[in-house]
Amino acid sequence: MNIVVCMKQTPDTEAKIVVNPDASGINFDGVKFVMNPYDEYAVEQAIQLKEKFKGEAIVVCMGPKRSVEAMRTALAMGMDKGVHIDDPALENADAITTAKVLAGVLKDLNADVILGGKQAIDFDQGQVMSCVAEIMDLPQVSNISFMEMGDDGKSCNVSRRIEGGTEKYEVSLPAVMTCEKGLNEPRYASLPGIMKAKKKEIKDVDLAGSGVSADDAKNKTTINKYMSPPERQAGKILEGEAEETAAELAKLLREEAKAI
Amino acid sequence: MPEGVLVFAEQREGNMRKSSLEGLNVAAKLVGDVGGSVSAAVIGKGVAGLAEKLGKCGASKVFVAEGDALEVYSPEGYAKALEAIIKQADPAVVVGGCTGMGRDLLPRVAAKLGAGLVSDCTELSVDGGKVVAKKPTFSGKALVEAVISDGLQMFSVRPNIYPAAEEGDGSAEVVNVDAGVDAGSIRAVVKEIEKVVSSRPELTEAGIIVSGGRGMKSKENFSVIEALADALGAAVGASRAAVDSDYAEESIQVGQTGKVVNPTLYIACGISGAIQHLAGMRTSKVIVAINKDPEAPIFQVADYGIVDDLFKVVPLLTEEVKKLLAE
Repeated sequence: MNIVVCMKQTPDTEAKIVVNPDASGINFDGVKFVMNPYDEYAVEQAIQLKEKFKGEAIVVCMGPKRSVEAMRTALAMGMDKGVHIDDPALENADAITTAKVLAGVLKDLNADVILGGKQAIDFDQGQVMSCVAEIMDLPQVSNISFMEMGDDGKSCNVSRRIEGGTEKYEVSLPAVMTCEKGLNEPRYASLPGIMKAKKKEIKDVDLAGSGVSADDAKNKTTINKYMSPPERQAGKILEGEAEETAAELAKLLREEAKAI
Repeated sequence: MPEGVLVFAEQREGNMRKSSLEGLNVAAKLVGDVGGSVSAAVIGKGVAGLAEKLGKCGASKVFVAEGDALEVYSPEGYAKALEAIIKQADPAVVVGGCTGMGRDLLPRVAAKLGAGLVSDCTELSVDGGKVVAKKPTFSGKALVEAVISDGLQMFSVRPNIYPAAEEGDGSAEVVNVDAGVDAGSIRAVVKEIEKVVSSRPELTEAGIIVSGGRGMKSKENFSVIEALADALGAAVGASRAAVDSDYAEESIQVGQTGKVVNPTLYIACGISGAIQHLAGMRTSKVIVAINKDPEAPIFQVADYGIVDDLFKVVPLLTEEVKKLLAE
């Protein structure tokens, strides 16, 4: 079974995000970058599938040079090799352009299962993998929190949480699926794993190498400006015994805030 | 020439989702400047009856794609149906809810049509005939303003931001669209929908949320905030610390790696307010923090704070709320 994980490197969840004064972008100076947290579930799932069904687990990542660190983490966890897509022309690629380029690379990898995180925690669009599925004419299930692979490795049962319940799917492979917290417990890279990862192959690919033309890689979506969210002011601290503060709070919520 | 705003009206089991009516409200605000009229798209089986409601809520045309293969949602079937509707309706703008279904479906449709899509928008306006989308990024640690440079403009709108369109005396012309979706062509098939039986509202749609953090100390102790939630008709949430300590299910986690919520009232109990949690709830209209630690960052964003033991305050608050609401 060939499993491919599409991965992104993102700022850590604890990172402070500071907008440039001219609103042109984010100031990433000093920000710690990590593997997108949802991609960890995809990497773990890929490794578990490889352990059971044999075959190869490949991590594909589009992004600047620093992304290689996150790829090494995936390799240290147990992925076999990587493809790093980096091209100055793709620096601000939108979701559809990213999907075209990924699909261009994926078509030669002969994957049975294509996994990704449910969304990257930077732009929170959650679009790329659905677009990849459409471009490659493959079925998709997003946000899976359960997977049971059929013994023949030709189809699987997966579930995803929706409002008020869980959708349970039967999917024939090859397919694209995105992973949600709860799917598995991502492993930590072991020390021998980290040593081995240094020697694993990472192939470099540029835009031309993905087979997508510069014209076809033009963005549809343009970001005009970046803004900081409105600051919230700290409000009232209620003083007194619990009996008093609880009663005062209920009254304030009703009469002042009109929230209940 | 494409014109007008098409709303993807999501239904499940023949029930219109609230996000669909929110979408009609957004469309009504945009259409004057975009030009054309508001229309809606409904996909399912035996759902044509929803057109009446959509007409009353502002759609002048309702495009309906029906079939056995569309009775239950599937990304492939619904994408094909919505593509067929969009091709026939030829709108300039498509709006849908950023729900479980919208998040899954709309990117696939955008890829089919070569259209641009901005997900999870919190505000849409029009400038020079083009829609300008405001959208939180980094779970709301920053916002961006985005436009789609050419062709069809698609947007998914975060639930619970815009009020639902209200019923008037309008009526819609119904246009049936043959999407030609064959059940045999669908490779990811929904076999079953397991419903969560809960008397509490859905977290992302709730007007009030009571959340617990590490300070809850155990799974059993969540009953303390559940009692408050039930008195208020609220949803229950949890911080990542509470979920990682197995006090609560992942499905109710609020924050950057959980749900982003924006209720009228958010009551944080025993939550310190880590940056990734604040990212998920900072747009709540009123925030209450109850925490023993006066230094907890949650107090920096709270409208009302009580520095005390939540196990003392919350049960008393529950009683006070019951008294007030009974008046």
